[in-house]
Amino acid sequence: MAIEQWLKTNTFHHGEFWDILKMIEVKKEKGLTISLCIPTLNEEKTIGKEVVIFKSELMDRYPLLDEIAVVDSGSTDSTRDVAASFGADVYLSAKILPRMGFKRGKGENLWKAIYQLKGDIICYVDADIKNIHPRFCYGLVAPLIYQDSIKYVKAFYDRPLAFSEGIRPSGGGRVTEILVRPLFSLFFPELTAILQPLSGEYAVRREVLQELPFPIGYGVETSHILDVYRKWGLQALGQTDLDQRVHRNQTTLALGRMSFGILQTFLRRIQHYGMGDNLTELSSVYRQFQAHYDHYEQITFDIPEEERPPMISVPAYQRKFKVRPVEEAIQ
Amino acid sequence: MAPDNAQLTLDHIVESLPHMRTSLSGLREIILANTVMVSEIPAPTFREQERMRFLSDRFRESNLHNIATDEAGNCMAVLPGNRGERNLLICAHADTAFDESADHTVSLQTDTISGAGLADNSLGLAVVASIPTVLERLGLALESNLVFLGAGKSLGRGNLQGLRFFLDNAQLPFGFGLCVEGVYLGRLSFSGLGMLRGELTCTVARRAHRTRSGETSAIAAINQVITRILAIPLPGEPKTSIILGSILCGGSFNLPTRSARLRFEIRSKQTGMVSRIREEIKEIVEAVGSEPNVEVELEIVAQLRPGGIAFRHPLVRSTRRIIKALGIAPRIAPSVGDLSAMIAKKIPSVTLGITTGDQSQQGDTLAIDPIFSGIAQVVAVLKAMDGGLCNGD
Repeated sequence: MAIEQWLKTNTFHHGEFWDILKMIEVKKEKGLTISLCIPTLNEEKTIGKEVVIFKSELMDRYPLLDEIAVVDSGSTDSTRDVAASFGADVYLSAKILPRMGFKRGKGENLWKAIYQLKGDIICYVDADIKNIHPRFCYGLVAPLIYQDSIKYVKAFYDRPLAFSEGIRPSGGGRVTEILVRPLFSLFFPELTAILQPLSGEYAVRREVLQELPFPIGYGVETSHILDVYRKWGLQALGQTDLDQRVHRNQTTLALGRMSFGILQTFLRRIQHYGMGDNLTELSSVYRQFQAHYDHYEQITFDIPEEERPPMISVPAYQRKFKVRPVEEAIQ
Repeated sequence: MAPDNAQLTLDHIVESLPHMRTSLSGLREIILANTVMVSEIPAPTFREQERMRFLSDRFRESNLHNIATDEAGNCMAVLPGNRGERNLLICAHADTAFDESADHTVSLQTDTISGAGLADNSLGLAVVASIPTVLERLGLALESNLVFLGAGKSLGRGNLQGLRFFLDNAQLPFGFGLCVEGVYLGRLSFSGLGMLRGELTCTVARRAHRTRSGETSAIAAINQVITRILAIPLPGEPKTSIILGSILCGGSFNLPTRSARLRFEIRSKQTGMVSRIREEIKEIVEAVGSEPNVEVELEIVAQLRPGGIAFRHPLVRSTRRIIKALGIAPRIAPSVGDLSAMIAKKIPSVTLGITTGDQSQQGDTLAIDPIFSGIAQVVAVLKAMDGGLCNGD
């Protein structure tokens, strides 16, 4: 599928989906259920507002969502209490599929949500969005409700005209522009049409999610796009412009660590697809340097990009959802 | 079983308050979501359009009638009553004192909600937006038409332009008015203060032949004006005050500033007192402005006459009883807000506050739980107005 054609047919603006009642009608006709998952780790400042907005607007006022769940990595602040007090179903990631153990990372929460949540569509929304609005959810699930051929919808954002100190837009994110887009341009040129492949907001059909392996760290979004593209093609992907997203800014050093995790995942995928030969064993240690008066200190971070297997291969999941693994599940 | 309107007494209304309050807490997410969404839309005075669009959408979603935005930028809608013989007006001003560039992010904790402009008056507007849903969920249908208004151009230089325009041009006679403000729960205003809002500008001419050290600064000139204003004798009763709100001038350590601006407000319960003080300030302006190279200008940006209904008016009596029944001590305070425009049109009206909390220029932090008492009080007062329990002589 040509990029230009895909941009015309599979790129949306949330404004196209203002008629939520119509969306609910089609959802009912198709017998779909929709779950919202908010992965959290110490997000007490923003989680209350997110839960209130989604519950009020997309459950109480317009019954688009069938459940709102917070899957928490073990916050030490009041994130879980705040979320529960406003009516979200709150789960501790470690207590979901306890036999599978617990790994710390956002990807772990997203993966375990597939088991815990009941929806045919799961919409993931990050918890640190300061300007939260119902569009962050309905803008992503709408293409899945209306178009059966689309399976995975990513968010992208505009740059705000002005923003205050300490807050920056995610439009044209630095890691996307410096790392991911160059890699996609080299290996998967069609995927460059996805304007913000690293955005933390996306909606996916269960039938797809259950077949995806999940890196538990920084590489989860990148691996999803690569795997969905390889198995279902560009036409299975969609993207929605959600206008502005305001969130916490990250330091360049933090983005370095993030890039390292993404690069590990990407190179492993390349190897797996048979597109890159002779890659040596990849190190999971990321090195940064701190300048002192008379010496340079090496600071190392172990960033292993462990992966969870496709959920459909987990026996407990097969029993709960009465499914059997498909031969071609992505490994 | 709820009594029909012919049998409705204030006792019935007061008895229904605990149940009403409990039911309202079930609408917590809807009320808070409206508050968050209203508050995060910047609405400095004269630029409330986007907030009005939100309000209009909410009215449409509630199936209200006659939804319209008028020439002054007000947003109105009507919930028709069973009989529709009387019209009640519930309004909140939509503008805030915060510019678009301010951080409008709202933060929600278990017990509190925080953000710029919540108290004055994003929460008030959110309550007006929520009342149709509240009435529906409580199963309450009024006999009177209930007219909802988000009023624009209210604060500062706005001088209540939006509400005045609406009242001048509305085709409906209003039996009663109810103004909603975010804070403070227990507030009961039924009279308006006389008020004058003015801006004084001192300008000092540049004298090229003098060295900088010999030049007069506009700060010195405005200081003279302030000293003289503060010397104006004010009566203790009826209460009269001159509020010095802000000074805008200068920006350096060593350059004399050419221009300085003072914003102030005079308030008095006494008829004629504001005009007397205005004349004294005009004399001060002439005196200081007569000094060489100094020019002083006074601009009156807003003015209100005192007035209102009496403490013993049945509307005030009923409202006091409702507030007390919620376990809250009524705080009687005259208004310089929307109520004054109602009073000018001789519409018996009150202003009520919704919750408790702290209000500041850096942002407000308001308590969530009292909001449900605040809304219960609004609904109860509307019922009392509707049931003929507030009719004057």
